[in-house]
Amino acid sequence: MVKVKVNDIEVDADPKDNCILAARKAGFEIPHYCWHESLSVVASCRMCLVEVGETKPDGTVAMGPKLVPGCQTPIKEGTVIRTESAKVKTTQQMTLELLLLNHPLDCSICDQAGECYLQDYTYKYGKAHSRLDEPKIQREDKYHIGEQIALFTDRCVMCTRCVRFTREISGTSELQVVARGSHEEIDVFPETPCNNKLAGNVVDLCPVGALCSKDFLYKKRVWWLKHAESVCTGCSTGCSIHVDQNENKVYRLRPRENPQAQGHFMCDEGRYGFKYIHDDRRLKYPRLKNPSANSNTAVASSRPSDLSFADPWPTVLSEARKRIQTAIQNDPSGFVAVLSPQMTLEEAYLLASYIKGIDPRTKLTLGPVPVSGSDDLYPKGPKGEPPAAGKVKFTIRAEKCPNRLGVEAVLRHFERSVILAESLGKSSASAWYVVGGYSAGWVNEKLDQAVGTPSLLIVQDIFPSPLSERADIVLAAGSFAEREGTYVNHAGLAQAAHASIRPPEEARADGRILMELAGRTGLFNAMALRKEIGTKIAELSAIAVGELGDYGVRLAKYANQPVAAKS
Amino acid sequence: MSQTEFKPVLLGRVGRPDSQSLASYRADGGYEALAKALKMANTEVIDVVKNSGLRGRGGAGFPTGLKWTFLPKDVNGPIYLCINGDESEPGTFNNRVLIEEDPHQVLEGIVISSFATRSTTAYFYLRYEYGRCYRTLQKAVDEMYANNLLGKNILGSGYDLDIYLHRGACAYICGEETGLIESLEGKRAWPRIKPPFPAIEGAFRRPTVVNNVETMACIPHILKHGTEWFQSMGIPKDPNNPRDAGSYGPKLYCISGHVNKPGLVELPMGITARDLIDKHGGGVWKGRQAKAVIPGGLSMGFMTNAELDTPLDFNGPGRVGCLGLGTAAVVVIDDHTSMVDVLYNACRFFAHESCGQCTPCREGTAWSTKILERIRDGRGKLSDIDLLLEIANSIGTIPGTTICGLADGAAWPIKTGINKFRGEFEEYIKSGRRSQSHALAGAH
Repeated sequence: MVKVKVNDIEVDADPKDNCILAARKAGFEIPHYCWHESLSVVASCRMCLVEVGETKPDGTVAMGPKLVPGCQTPIKEGTVIRTESAKVKTTQQMTLELLLLNHPLDCSICDQAGECYLQDYTYKYGKAHSRLDEPKIQREDKYHIGEQIALFTDRCVMCTRCVRFTREISGTSELQVVARGSHEEIDVFPETPCNNKLAGNVVDLCPVGALCSKDFLYKKRVWWLKHAESVCTGCSTGCSIHVDQNENKVYRLRPRENPQAQGHFMCDEGRYGFKYIHDDRRLKYPRLKNPSANSNTAVASSRPSDLSFADPWPTVLSEARKRIQTAIQNDPSGFVAVLSPQMTLEEAYLLASYIKGIDPRTKLTLGPVPVSGSDDLYPKGPKGEPPAAGKVKFTIRAEKCPNRLGVEAVLRHFERSVILAESLGKSSASAWYVVGGYSAGWVNEKLDQAVGTPSLLIVQDIFPSPLSERADIVLAAGSFAEREGTYVNHAGLAQAAHASIRPPEEARADGRILMELAGRTGLFNAMALRKEIGTKIAELSAIAVGELGDYGVRLAKYANQPVAAKS
Repeated sequence: MSQTEFKPVLLGRVGRPDSQSLASYRADGGYEALAKALKMANTEVIDVVKNSGLRGRGGAGFPTGLKWTFLPKDVNGPIYLCINGDESEPGTFNNRVLIEEDPHQVLEGIVISSFATRSTTAYFYLRYEYGRCYRTLQKAVDEMYANNLLGKNILGSGYDLDIYLHRGACAYICGEETGLIESLEGKRAWPRIKPPFPAIEGAFRRPTVVNNVETMACIPHILKHGTEWFQSMGIPKDPNNPRDAGSYGPKLYCISGHVNKPGLVELPMGITARDLIDKHGGGVWKGRQAKAVIPGGLSMGFMTNAELDTPLDFNGPGRVGCLGLGTAAVVVIDDHTSMVDVLYNACRFFAHESCGQCTPCREGTAWSTKILERIRDGRGKLSDIDLLLEIANSIGTIPGTTICGLADGAAWPIKTGINKFRGEFEEYIKSGRRSQSHALAGAH
């Protein structure tokens, strides 16, 4: 740590910091466009020009003669940074006037309005009017730039963050600067649009409204969006995200910076993969197939899950509780609960402790772990080859579920081992409690046969499946956006996710269902449960703190793993 | 040494029959300096160049020997020498004559400099428009390979060197040393941020020296005749200014514009602009007076007629508000020419050539061009003059707002043009007349 003085406020800064980061620590913003923490420094937007000097051994301060870019200038002991001098302010005003020279000022129809750095900086550092008397340069919009990306060329400030992203992070190099001087534009080569699996990040990186997501385009003004901090459940990387919703509808996911998890970015699979939560085929109502029949006389015909057949939650849950009790009493070792790797720690814990609490001879198993291909590493080489070890900047993992490690830890605690539900033989148990929560068809043949047609089948899921079709009790559960809880990613990082919307119709978040089923009093409270789990399960003791912070906490067992963002 | 008895050094062989051939160059004592240098230690060669006071001829006038000493002491792997033959400063054509007429003189300098800097590869970056230069050079390089002056074990010294000719693609910015390096690497010629300087991390991320063609042409003569001979020409150090490195040696002055006899002359450093125009350029044409003179390429700004007695050494133009000596390309503008037209043309050039990386230069050069376009169209406002000055003052490295010096070059003609000819601009705007010079109009 070195001591740095920013506008007369002294702070301790990392010697690796640049002036922007050091000033941030002192509470001062140095405006910038081209600089981004995870991209190379080009120092070309010239928005971050500040006065920098050093403290001489005799205590006097010698300021440099010129303004220097805060992004490019390293700090050392005694560095003095001035961000608010008249010289700095005049330069900032001029730079903003120049940046807005050919900008169309079409904020009223621009998606970025409200989260645009041209707007924000102009309010804070700019001036109200432009002295340009001549016509602005007009440029063609480029909808062809990518399947999911549109370029509003005349809004661009040429920070080249997007270009550097495709060169340095995705390694796919689709985006280029073409032409020269004030005529230059971002573009792609013919027939090679920016469609790589990380392409959506260039929209987030764009500090202005030039690159927009076609998926979100003109759907919602950003100031109506409410943001919930969450975790992407698309793969075991567990990217930290923001879920942006309005009136119970999720409009977009955005990566949330987390050096412990994935860095600054997320993949398109995760980014656009949330649509299923608003699918009309969701299970929306709890359902009893045959409330009066006893467990030996299952009715073969299934009932459609529309409102007319909905049963009220209290009826369904008390019936479920009753039948679980009976089934376990009749055949304790024939009762199998399937915990899904989509579940949060809290949900897995609630279900496991409830079932084991009735009889320890019951069996807890792990549901299918979806795997697709192999880990996809970035940046890609020129021929699409994966990067060398140690050069990896982003990984889309083959394991397409968020919490296998966490659920396994719960299983190890209650069951002493992790048994795969699929590995149980045909019709291997008399009663099943199966939890799903997957975004797509997940019941494989092995699981289907293992479950068979038992005397009791309870399914807690979000979509209909072969199992829910023949279930005795269906519990309509919540998707990731509707649940609150903790996920443990591939590197043992436990992160808290917050609910952003309500489940559709009568469906309920899994935690709420399980609290009531287990007869626990009070509302579902992830924080309280984390404390409980942390004290009960040694492997998960790290989450006993309750509040996991923005970046999450590492489980002790994985403390020596490399930081996930780099592996 | 007075100017009258000065015998051209760099242009000494220009005009002789067959001056491009290796045989004729050797007959005139060519490659003797190389043989001499190869017998010395490379550090001794650096010392000779350093002691000679040779300053880079590309424009900035940085001491050449000092630049070479910035290379790291212990280097594993290659060091590169890049020759900047991207001569694109408006008004400049000395490299062209040197290469076309006496390529071996330049190439000898390159081999000596490569030896001194421990480079085993030299890249000759040549602007694309210089087709004849390219062919002449390639022929000369081939001759050298055939005669053991390039390749392995040059002249039996154990020193190896390869020279590659690289043709640019017609961009002014490739003359900026890090822009040149990027272009050489096959990238967009966007100047790099410094540090690291090229001496530490240059072409292909290796230690690199970038030198101008005329600088290279001086090297064999310094080796041959010694530092005292070199320092007998030019303007010595200013004893009152410890930072002055002196302006020694012969210099090629390009004379163009409204003169009777445009051309290239070689003189010891320090001739005044007036002498240069009157004695060597045949005076201002059509019996007119010079209104303004560009001392060293467009980016250096303008001198007025009253300032023409300024010596054209490394310090002279700076004393009258110009950016520096630049490439010593003197462009004369007669008193029948409108400074508004001249400035418009200058701004149009820089707006066209701005690489577009830094905001102030990219937008500022284009904006000032638009303003001047409007003034020339008779729609100027008096406030435009101050606006132009404000734009000029807020771009460039000297206020610290851009990566490279192109923006300074773009700003200086505006600053000097308006400050020195403000009355003319005001009068022009007030009259509301439209420019008569249609030759300059058109899309940029």
